[in-house]
Amino acid sequence: MDALSILIDWSSYIATGIATTLGLVLIALGLGVLLGLPMALGQVYSSRPVRWAIGIYVWFFRGLPILVLLFLFWFGIFPGIGLGNVPAFVVGAIVLGLRGAAYQSQIFRGAIQSISEGQMIAARSLGMSRFTAIKSVILPQAVRIALPGWSNEYPNMLTDSAVCYAIGITELLTVTSRIVTQTYLTMPIFLAAAGIFILLNYGGLKILHALERKIEIPGFGSGAV
Amino acid sequence: MDQFTFIFDILLPALMQGLVITLQLIVCSAPFGLVLGIGVAAGRQYGGPILSRICKMFVLLIKGTPLLLLLFILYFGLPSIGITLTAFTAAVIGFILCNGAYNSEYIRGALLSIKDGQMIAAQALGMTRAQAIRNVILPQALRRAIPGLSNEFIYLIKYSSLAYMITVVELSGAGKNVATKYFIYTETFMVVGIVYLVLVTITTVAVSILEKHVSVPGTSRSTSAAQM
Repeated sequence: MDALSILIDWSSYIATGIATTLGLVLIALGLGVLLGLPMALGQVYSSRPVRWAIGIYVWFFRGLPILVLLFLFWFGIFPGIGLGNVPAFVVGAIVLGLRGAAYQSQIFRGAIQSISEGQMIAARSLGMSRFTAIKSVILPQAVRIALPGWSNEYPNMLTDSAVCYAIGITELLTVTSRIVTQTYLTMPIFLAAAGIFILLNYGGLKILHALERKIEIPGFGSGAV
Repeated sequence: MDQFTFIFDILLPALMQGLVITLQLIVCSAPFGLVLGIGVAAGRQYGGPILSRICKMFVLLIKGTPLLLLLFILYFGLPSIGITLTAFTAAVIGFILCNGAYNSEYIRGALLSIKDGQMIAAQALGMTRAQAIRNVILPQALRRAIPGLSNEFIYLIKYSSLAYMITVVELSGAGKNVATKYFIYTETFMVVGIVYLVLVTITTVAVSILEKHVSVPGTSRSTSAAQM
């Protein structure tokens, strides 16, 4: 039986793998924004102890290999706090998200800091509260400046999600290696999986670049601040 | 057995053995990753239409494939077409390919930042293209690429843990084996993590020293310090 017909036979299984991979990536990216943006604001605008705590968090999650983080949370922390029954998918998405937040916070922080302080002072002098100024003046600009850098988080997250193989999440790589052990057909299956990852990678980037162009404000590029 | 005995008498000796393998993986991969990165970047920038397209394709393929899948292809896939590698060799080759592809992007960016006029001037002085690249362009470009390259080196330290997935018992693998044997997971992986943090922090400090050491007075742009 040739490789193509095997791939077609297993196509629905491969599709579940793709869906799981994309699920991991999307949840983790979302979690990364939800945590990373407040962390960036905290690092720029809040008091010294908060900044310090966020700094430690970022240092920890960026300094550890994703494999060690997955092992730590899957074997250690989740069972340790009585959540041993949580599915691997949830643990994987949370770990990828927590780690992504550490990276994303630094992208957002750079963008926020690139907006000149005068804007905050001007907004305050117009009677806005600090919170309103951040929400209505700083963030709309910062998010646009951050987006090109943020787009790179998608391919990183996609390739990192494959490490979730190590804790048995049935994402694309796990599915692939199971098909390999079933069919003894190694190279064509692995190469097909690589092809799918590459397609997901560049397809996703195309969408993100289209989004960048869509929310762009004419005359306001990241170079023109 | 208390925690203290576990960490100092059992865990750390095992981790030290793993650490040796991790360091071997890094030492065997990093120099070739740098050379490959320079070659691919130079090929993309100065090679003909065919070579530059091949180099571009290489970067695109490697960056799009998860490193773990690349390791699987090298270790589990290649034997089916008659090439059998030891797990360590497969890991090193995988790291070199991955590291080289990412390095090439930073070096290419640095090459692009060197003005065209320098190449023209060098050739006007009678240098060949290759001589100009080697003696004029690269010395400047590599200095500018240091922050990016050091980031990739730090990624290499962390991603060397993936070698465990193809049976190389390096630092993470050594930790995993101890954790599984004694059912002590959280503490073990925290200690493993701390060892990685130490490696990464040492690298960050070493890079900033290197950057100062090789900087040519008056030529440095405001390059941001290496990030983790």
